[in-house]
Amino acid sequence: MISVKNLSKHYHHFKAVDDLSFDIAPGNIVGFLGPNGAGKSTTMKMLTGFLPPTSGDIVIQDKRYASDAKAIQRNIGYLPEGAPAYGDMTVWQFLHFIADVRGLKGAARKSRLFDVIGRVELADVLNRPIDNLSKGFKRRVGLAQAILHDPDILILDEPTDGLDPNQKHHVRQLIEDLSKEKIVVISTHILEEVTAVCNRVMIIANGQLRFDDTPNALRHQSRFCNAVSLKMSYAADISGLAELEGVEEMEIDRKTGLVTLFPEPGKHIFHVINEYVTQRRLPVETLTLEQGRLDEVFRDITTREVSHG
Amino acid sequence: MANVWFITRREFSSFFATPVAYVFIAIFLMLSGVFTFFIGNLYERGQADLIPFFNFHPWLYLFLVPAMAMRSWAEERKSGSIELLMTLPVSIGEAVLGKFLAAWFILALSLILTFPLWLSVNYLGQPDNGIILAAYIGSWLMSGAFLAISTCMSAFTRNQVVAFILAVVVCFLFVVSGSGIVLDAFEPWAGNLLLDTVASFSFLTHFEAMAKGVLAMNDVGYFLIIMVIWLYASLVVIENKKAD
Repeated sequence: MISVKNLSKHYHHFKAVDDLSFDIAPGNIVGFLGPNGAGKSTTMKMLTGFLPPTSGDIVIQDKRYASDAKAIQRNIGYLPEGAPAYGDMTVWQFLHFIADVRGLKGAARKSRLFDVIGRVELADVLNRPIDNLSKGFKRRVGLAQAILHDPDILILDEPTDGLDPNQKHHVRQLIEDLSKEKIVVISTHILEEVTAVCNRVMIIANGQLRFDDTPNALRHQSRFCNAVSLKMSYAADISGLAELEGVEEMEIDRKTGLVTLFPEPGKHIFHVINEYVTQRRLPVETLTLEQGRLDEVFRDITTREVSHG
Repeated sequence: MANVWFITRREFSSFFATPVAYVFIAIFLMLSGVFTFFIGNLYERGQADLIPFFNFHPWLYLFLVPAMAMRSWAEERKSGSIELLMTLPVSIGEAVLGKFLAAWFILALSLILTFPLWLSVNYLGQPDNGIILAAYIGSWLMSGAFLAISTCMSAFTRNQVVAFILAVVVCFLFVVSGSGIVLDAFEPWAGNLLLDTVASFSFLTHFEAMAKGVLAMNDVGYFLIIMVIWLYASLVVIENKKAD
């Protein structure tokens, strides 16, 4: 359990994090979203005890950094931004060092090391200095280091940055495979990633929490959510579509000829439209139910002016 | 305490993974040889001791120790690995001590590798080996003081060159604080008490007796206190500036 209250971090006069409050319970996989410089990394640095907050309170598993820093850090796995490591060490040496510091011993240590090396697929580069590895491998070494001691809390700052699509998929799989009782916090710019692996989304902008709910709720904020778009093979009279029950608005893109029908709030219009199209034998080429456009919602939430007070 | 050992081991192997340790040891051995034989006139003196060898150690350490220690914290900061280290269950004190010990062991190793000199004087005459051993221990203690200062300077900045220059300057002040270079600045206005205090900070004065094989309590204590103070200063600096 992570409990954050009124957390702020100021650099001189710049408010990097401004009065954040949230709780994260076991089982939550939180996607931490926000534009660059929104305060994501700063928040993570405070959660892991690297940065002291200017004000506010962080309680992790009933402990505070002021008195129990080591005890907290033992239960956290952290991948810092850019996945820093000791570049002159080989992957093998580095993971051994981490295992030492994490207090892993004997058979448990061996099995954890082999398990993690297998999971993150590092077997081929074990004896190469980390400095000589590609960006993707470096990131994976950082991940291996973070999950080595099987922590209850995993904080990953941009875990898929610089990975190719296959590796990204692999990392998402890895996160999904972790025990369901863990807390995982992932920061990312990639919106699809959030819907793919997270069960909770937090969006911060200018150091403030702007959104905190499920990915589905985020999608529902889009005006495209549950809208129906269709494309005709050739021109036909479609004015009737706009008159259908539950349809609030019809938009036609003149360039592509794509017709989008927006539902009234809370209404589902797909089946109505589908019926209408079949009845009239309209020359419809494609008929799609829109999922909601996350990038649009994201832009909307992060650029919106927030009234103070 | 186990953590100190893990950090020390990591740093120690890191010295050998990069050429730092090899270069340091090679240069140290070469320069100490050159100083001892060509400038210290070991043969011409016709005495079976290693005093010319030890007398040059403060000047050797003045440049070599800051060069070895400059990366210890500056590099962590530059590469961002400090964030990794500080979020592992390791306290800053353990990290500072671990890094210090690793470098200090390298210095011990360098000193041990000067054993051919010891063999030479034993071959040529009958030196007092107890004195030589005491002088070796004294030299190692003094190198620790240089190292603690350099570590602290490295903690101040992410730039290794800046760390090196700062460390050389501060070490130099400590080396010569008993001589006119520093004392002249105090003489016109400071009282005798202050003057004596400043003079007593001198590495040279404290090492003088040690080079002759006298391990006096106050000299040993002095270098130990210098180490503790500067290492504690490093801890405070890192605590406050780790994320800058």
